[in-house]
Amino acid sequence: MFDSPEKLLLGLATGILFGFLLQKGRVAKFSVIVGQFLLKDWTVVKIMGTAVVVGAIGIFALVAAGQASLHVKPLLLGGVLLGGALFGAGMTVLGYCPGTTVAACGEGRRDAMVGVLGMFAGALAFVAAWPALQPVIKGLGDEGKVTLPDLTNTSPWLWIAGMAGAGIIGVLLLRGVGRFGKQSTTAKIRVGSSA
Amino acid sequence: MINPLTLKSWPPYAVGVGIGVLSWFAFATADHPLGISTAFENTAALTEKAIVPEVEQSNGYFAAKAAEGKPPKIGWEWMLVVGVFLGAFLSSRLSGDRSPETVPALWRWRFGGSPAKRLAVAFLAGAVMIFGARLAQGCTSGHGISGSLQLAASSWVFSAVFFAVATATAFALYGKEGAAYV
Repeated sequence: MFDSPEKLLLGLATGILFGFLLQKGRVAKFSVIVGQFLLKDWTVVKIMGTAVVVGAIGIFALVAAGQASLHVKPLLLGGVLLGGALFGAGMTVLGYCPGTTVAACGEGRRDAMVGVLGMFAGALAFVAAWPALQPVIKGLGDEGKVTLPDLTNTSPWLWIAGMAGAGIIGVLLLRGVGRFGKQSTTAKIRVGSSA
Repeated sequence: MINPLTLKSWPPYAVGVGIGVLSWFAFATADHPLGISTAFENTAALTEKAIVPEVEQSNGYFAAKAAEGKPPKIGWEWMLVVGVFLGAFLSSRLSGDRSPETVPALWRWRFGGSPAKRLAVAFLAGAVMIFGARLAQGCTSGHGISGSLQLAASSWVFSAVFFAVATATAFALYGKEGAAYV
């Protein structure tokens, strides 16, 4: 029923750091989350992309050193595809993801507080419906706990190098978008002042 | 000198590096990826068992999770969620970046200022979101960050699907004009 007190405290401390980072990253805000999906505000992609590249380097180094093990979720295509679709739609309408809903509650946001109650209701429904959901989750097959390096028989470091390279190109592209945006604002001001 | 803790925001790349390093810490100290939605499932399962003890026998969920070695519990991940609330509270208190907002500006422009409408839809959307997360066994944290950084195939499929559907939903609800309100 309970983990050891040390492990509970460790979870709490990790969570405090996580929540602090999410709030400072401005992702506990409806306008930033929905702004990402309207392809205007790229904060969410910048944070997640950087976290994935930096995280991957450390985790695969730890695994290589025998200091950590991977915890990969199974590729149950039915559950992942339907779940991903429901999740994406729900996240846009709510305006927060699960972690940022909790962080938004910490920031005082009322809609997020009601959102958390809805999340609990959704979890109650999921557990109650669990037996009936199994054919849906497993309906398109179970590929097991596979990684992309497993599937392609390649080194994880090849993938990490690829992600880092894609990340650097992404950073440069997003900078370009920012500069372009600034230029057009300046142009508007110039037009405004000359009129 | 400016105290970084009292700033309202940090650069997104710095926050991303912080979360990446925090995931090393979580793997190294607790042998656990960062994830949020499992704790909601555990709380729901414990609640149902407390109210209707027979579900432990009648719902195969409990036997299956026990066999996996992951029975519902108040564990590391549960405290992680409590910590996220406290950390965000602390951060927003230090900087004064607090908001009691019920109806966001974009929502108000599109659907009006009714708090009841916004809260009812927030409740339903929260339910749909977590139902989807549990079908897929992860959310933006568990799949999007922790799973993707482990190069898990399931997480890359999940991330592509959720991002595509979330984007389509945003444009269906608000259109291009919505961008003026975010």
